[in-house]
Amino acid sequence: MSEVVISAKSVGKTFGSGADKVTALDDVSVDIFQNEFFTMLGPSGCGKTTLLRLIGGFEQATSGQILLEGKALNDLPPYKRPINTVFQSYALFPHLTVRQNITFGLEMQGVARKQADDRAEEMLELVRLAQYGDRVPSQLSGGQQQRIALARALAPAPKVLLLDEPLSALDLKLRKEMQVELKRLQTETGITFVFVTHDQEEALAMSDRIAVMKSGEILQIGAPREIYEAPTHRFVADFIGDSNFLVGNLVDDGAGKRAVKLGGGQVIELTQDVSSQRSGEVTVSVRPERLGLVAENQAGANQLVGTVSTVIYFGTDTTYQIDLGNDALLTVRMQNGSGAKADFAQGERVGITMSPDSIRVLAD
Amino acid sequence: MKVDASNPLWRFRGITSTAMFFFAYLYLPIVVLIALSFNENRLATIWTGFTMDWYVTALSNDDMLRAAQNSIVIAVSATVLATIAATLAAMGMSRGRFKGEAGVSAMLVLPLLVPEIVTAIATLLFFVALGIKLGLLTVIIAHTVFCIPFAYLPIRARLEGMDPALVEAANDLYANEWKAFRRVTLPLLWPGILSGAMLSFIISLDDFVISYFVGGAGATTLPIYIFGMIRIGITPEVNAVSAMMLIVSILFVSISFLIDRIRY
Repeated sequence: MSEVVISAKSVGKTFGSGADKVTALDDVSVDIFQNEFFTMLGPSGCGKTTLLRLIGGFEQATSGQILLEGKALNDLPPYKRPINTVFQSYALFPHLTVRQNITFGLEMQGVARKQADDRAEEMLELVRLAQYGDRVPSQLSGGQQQRIALARALAPAPKVLLLDEPLSALDLKLRKEMQVELKRLQTETGITFVFVTHDQEEALAMSDRIAVMKSGEILQIGAPREIYEAPTHRFVADFIGDSNFLVGNLVDDGAGKRAVKLGGGQVIELTQDVSSQRSGEVTVSVRPERLGLVAENQAGANQLVGTVSTVIYFGTDTTYQIDLGNDALLTVRMQNGSGAKADFAQGERVGITMSPDSIRVLAD
Repeated sequence: MKVDASNPLWRFRGITSTAMFFFAYLYLPIVVLIALSFNENRLATIWTGFTMDWYVTALSNDDMLRAAQNSIVIAVSATVLATIAATLAAMGMSRGRFKGEAGVSAMLVLPLLVPEIVTAIATLLFFVALGIKLGLLTVIIAHTVFCIPFAYLPIRARLEGMDPALVEAANDLYANEWKAFRRVTLPLLWPGILSGAMLSFIISLDDFVISYFVGGAGATTLPIYIFGMIRIGITPEVNAVSAMMLIVSILFVSISFLIDRIRY
């Protein structure tokens, strides 16, 4: 996973002109590596599909360029790019059989009939639909069509496979199955997958790396764990999983470390390396499950204390809302039956335990 | 067919007789016309006995056959030209939004709404102004114009129902523009194209006003020939020719309808 396959350099894309001008991508740069499962995650309209379509050649960049293995792709039409796409609607050719669908790309590349048919069988086995070659797409279920779309796109052995929200039309159970399936296919074929989704769970489950996008920009790129545990932006922390946000002032704790002083005077210590240039008001985030509660009398010197305002029991865990005073609310999620005492009542005063590395200072 | 009892129409007692009157109004004249084509009597309106002779007479009438031949040549040529133009227009219109799209769309189907007599006079004056000699060619050109919207509408409807990602998928799988058209767009579009072509053919075959104006001496079409026959006096031969035209029309319209229902 070292060689760069796709490289976007300061790519910009605008649609329309004048008053109707819409910026879909704003100066986006990203490197996607060989054999990587790379996901572009964001809400609709964030530019993820536009970036995918630029890589596929279906749209032309307004500025910047996209390189495939170091060579500029700029003006190459889609049919000259060794890149294949799984479309959101699958776009299987309805007048062709499953086998003809799969051999379509090979045939266009001039591969001999026999060889193309062999490859089609191989692909059908790969997606576990070996007996379906002679059917037409309308005879297949949504999940089967999805697999055929994958087989068709993988058959020409592209350097990169683009997937545009391919699971969004499937029901939940099938979606979970296909997540596992996609990951398996990516590992088995060794092809770089570039996957677009607005579903954060999907992104976390499958990706080697995730790029979180918003309003035509990439906010953060990293491994799923990194994105989840160490979000750099409020949007990232909010979009992926649940997060608590607290506002306070950056201060030095006297021992050379930095800390955040909340409005009520309570101080949260940081282990994160925050530039000494930064000061003033900042927002920090912390995941609810990274927090714990203890009785107030057991709270340590530097711990936050607050009052339990609501308790919601969920079976596997219980969620507490803690009022820290000064309008600061904190959500704490504690697993039930994990041995720790997790039985606090509304109105009870509690101390909040947290590991300093789970506290992240967010970019402005 | 299942009767839906909840249809409020059934509460109206006179519905059956009204409907029967309505259908009689529509089709009785045609039924009478066909029936009288088998009439033995020279006077079309007095029934004296059954005969197929008028069909034999009609089919051995050289003038009638020449007119029929003209009609078919014109209809086939106009259909081919109009269908090609309509296919290209529909493809172009479906490629994406552009300024004045609604206007162009309206212009494409406007010939459906312009009174035919206006088109006929305008076309005639146009040919005269250009100094083009009236004949088969001028009729073909004129027919092509009013056939385009008939061919255009079913083709456009097909394209509207086509996932634009299909062409992108073909491009993505190494098919250039032409191959994508030939291997994906055209096969998916052909029911619409064929349906449009059939409609065009019938509309052209059927046309009187425009043909009459721009036809000239050598380009007598079947409707014009029938009109001429009636002026001399209605014999059941006119009925026989009309009945044969009706059969061709019904055949083509039915085929067009059936083809248009093909779904993948």
